[in-house]
Amino acid sequence: MVVFEKPKALTDTPFHYCPGCTHGIVHRLVAEAIDELGIEGNTIGVAPVGCAVFAYNYFACDMIEAAHGRAPAVATGLKRADGSKIVFTYQGDGDLASIGTAETVHAAARGENITIIFINNAIYGMTGGQMAPTSLPGQITQTSPYGRDVETVGYPVKIAEMLSTLDGAGYIERVAVNNVKNVRNAKKAIKKAFQNQVEGKGFSLVEVVSTCPTNWGLTPEKALEWLEENMIPYYPLGVYKDKFADKEETK
Amino acid sequence: MSEKVLMKGNEAIAEAAIMAGCRHYFGYPITPQTEIAAYMSKRMPKIGGVFLQAESEIAAVNMVIGAAAAGKRAMTSSSSPGISLKSEGLSYMAGCDLPALIVNVQRGGPGLGGIQPSQSDYYQATRGSGHGDYHLIVLAPDSVQEMADLTFKGFDLAEEYRMPCMMLADGTLGQMMEPVSLDMGDVKKHDKPWALTGTEMKRPHNIVNSLALEPQQLEQWNIERFKRYDVLKKEAMAETYRMEDAEYCIVAFGIAARISKNAVNALREKGIKAGLIRPITLYPFPEEVIREATGRCKAFLSVELSMGQMIDDVKLASDCRRPVHLCSRTGGMIPTPDEVVAAIMKIAEGGNN
Amino acid sequence: MSTKQILIAGFGGQGILFAGKFLAYEGLLEGKKVSWLPSYGPEMRGGTANCSIILSDDPVGSPIVNKPDVLIAMNLPSLDKYENEAVPGASIFVDSALIERKVTRKDVNVYYIPATKLASEKGFDTLANMIIVGHAIAKAGIIPYEGIAPALKKVVSAKHANLLDKNIAAIELGYQYEGESQCLK
Repeated sequence: MVVFEKPKALTDTPFHYCPGCTHGIVHRLVAEAIDELGIEGNTIGVAPVGCAVFAYNYFACDMIEAAHGRAPAVATGLKRADGSKIVFTYQGDGDLASIGTAETVHAAARGENITIIFINNAIYGMTGGQMAPTSLPGQITQTSPYGRDVETVGYPVKIAEMLSTLDGAGYIERVAVNNVKNVRNAKKAIKKAFQNQVEGKGFSLVEVVSTCPTNWGLTPEKALEWLEENMIPYYPLGVYKDKFADKEETK
Repeated sequence: MSEKVLMKGNEAIAEAAIMAGCRHYFGYPITPQTEIAAYMSKRMPKIGGVFLQAESEIAAVNMVIGAAAAGKRAMTSSSSPGISLKSEGLSYMAGCDLPALIVNVQRGGPGLGGIQPSQSDYYQATRGSGHGDYHLIVLAPDSVQEMADLTFKGFDLAEEYRMPCMMLADGTLGQMMEPVSLDMGDVKKHDKPWALTGTEMKRPHNIVNSLALEPQQLEQWNIERFKRYDVLKKEAMAETYRMEDAEYCIVAFGIAARISKNAVNALREKGIKAGLIRPITLYPFPEEVIREATGRCKAFLSVELSMGQMIDDVKLASDCRRPVHLCSRTGGMIPTPDEVVAAIMKIAEGGNN
Repeated sequence: MSTKQILIAGFGGQGILFAGKFLAYEGLLEGKKVSWLPSYGPEMRGGTANCSIILSDDPVGSPIVNKPDVLIAMNLPSLDKYENEAVPGASIFVDSALIERKVTRKDVNVYYIPATKLASEKGFDTLANMIIVGHAIAKAGIIPYEGIAPALKKVVSAKHANLLDKNIAAIELGYQYEGESQCLK
């Protein structure tokens, strides 16, 4: 009996991620969505700068590695070069919500027909645990050693809420991967975000509330608890926008 | 031959790019190059091409990266401050071995500087502009016709050598109109097996990437890239003007060369044997032509719209075997032919200094 | 071998660049080497504008006219700025409706024409540029008379074809105008 089968859209390269890191789960969900839609041979992925930088080694489709934060612009170029290709970016919170905010917001505003998978784990992982745009108030990181002080460094950026205010954004959902139920929801959302593009509908982004046990200084189990107790209350899960659904209802 | 039409330099670049098969233009407004974007925004939708005004210079160059990675002929254009912003993208493009055309219609700097013509991005263009070991092909037209011709050629060179190509123009050339013939010939086709076109499940995935955490790997990539730059040297181009018997050699590119031609003629009328070497490629720099002149000339005069940048390359190419002087204006000011004449007269009268 | 270095200067919005483009196109149609170089900047309307045009039998070197053979000044700042730049023997055309002072140099030909006033009197609003250029064509021979209509057809866009006749009439008015001048023997 097969209990575990690797999705075809993943290569055989072993992941380099830390134990308990949820990147592996999300990679798998993305690859499953690609498999199920049968689009691997027609898909181009854009890897970020950050922990997922080596995503280009893990996904079996054509891949490009973008400069920090620029993935949505690179994806725009790819999509405009050949609209028949399925183009997705896979970005972390520093990449998407800090240095690449402009690229993110404007790709959404243009209604660019691309799919963005946004990993929000409230910290810079690759550089060793600095404060991220999405770090929680009071959260201790390498660059907020006394806790994130909102009086001096401001508040976290809520990407799903912010992008859902844009007319151009099509489908925005926030999910988490901390338990089986949430993983199942995340899978559904990710597949939908690709399905929307296949159907030519427009900009789709799935924010995945994720863990970083290493830089949070927690065991994988504790990290999942911390996510549930701290992140989800600040970053409520759910569909923030689905303008395509509205259209279908009126049909 | 097609009828000559009067066109602005910026428009000639845009039309020649279209004739070269470029169907993907990404840009951001900045004086004095905005005519390129305006022209593209009119033409591209009519020929099934893409014109997209990006949210920033940075986004624009990264969109070019995306389209180039997909195997398309893509371009962007800007002016000096915008090129600084694009420089990150240029470094990535070089690191990913992606061909594309980047146009810099230079204006005075540093900082916000001014909007009048300048050549003060010479270092930036010829030394690579962004971080890391790399070069761009740098082309320096001096007429509207050459802006068209070099645009066409630039795409070819970029694809042949798999590297970004920069057209280094300036505000004067961009804004001026001259008769131009758009007989460009056939577009060369280059195979792009590396392009991201989807595997169609028939080949291993292509990866466009500049990251190599293993230093041995990164060193090897850089060494291989520089071997390509060595081959590129054969593409060096320069025009020589009245150099046959010249004792004083002016070196100037772009608009400075046009001004210097007037000066050469005026000097000849005074009985002073002056000539001009006009580099058409700034990278690779036409070292041979300079070296060859070094044996015959008494002195060089680098004429530039900067505080003196190309002068370094003239000194290097001539091994400093002859004095190299500078005649320049900067900040958007343009030297007059009289100023160039005076500079040569001073050299001729004053010996070495 | 002949080269004409023409400088047209005035306010933005006076049609300085258009007048220059017309002359450049005439040169092109005649088979001459030509260049047209505008000043550019944020002052698109109301600021100063000037335009260098070179018509030559030989390849054009610098496209910048530093020493005009023909200077057309359509406002006082332009005359102030360029009067002393003109070569000895140059022809200077002054819109005397807008410039009250006289040219002080004695080594140049000067032609005064109240182009802006003529334009409004004769119903050629906004065509003072073409009136003064018409005068320059007559007095300085910068382009042949027969070249006027073909060149105008090139520069007046199809969208504004109805303005073609008006432009020709404005040039004609300037061409025929006889006014105050001060010429070298």
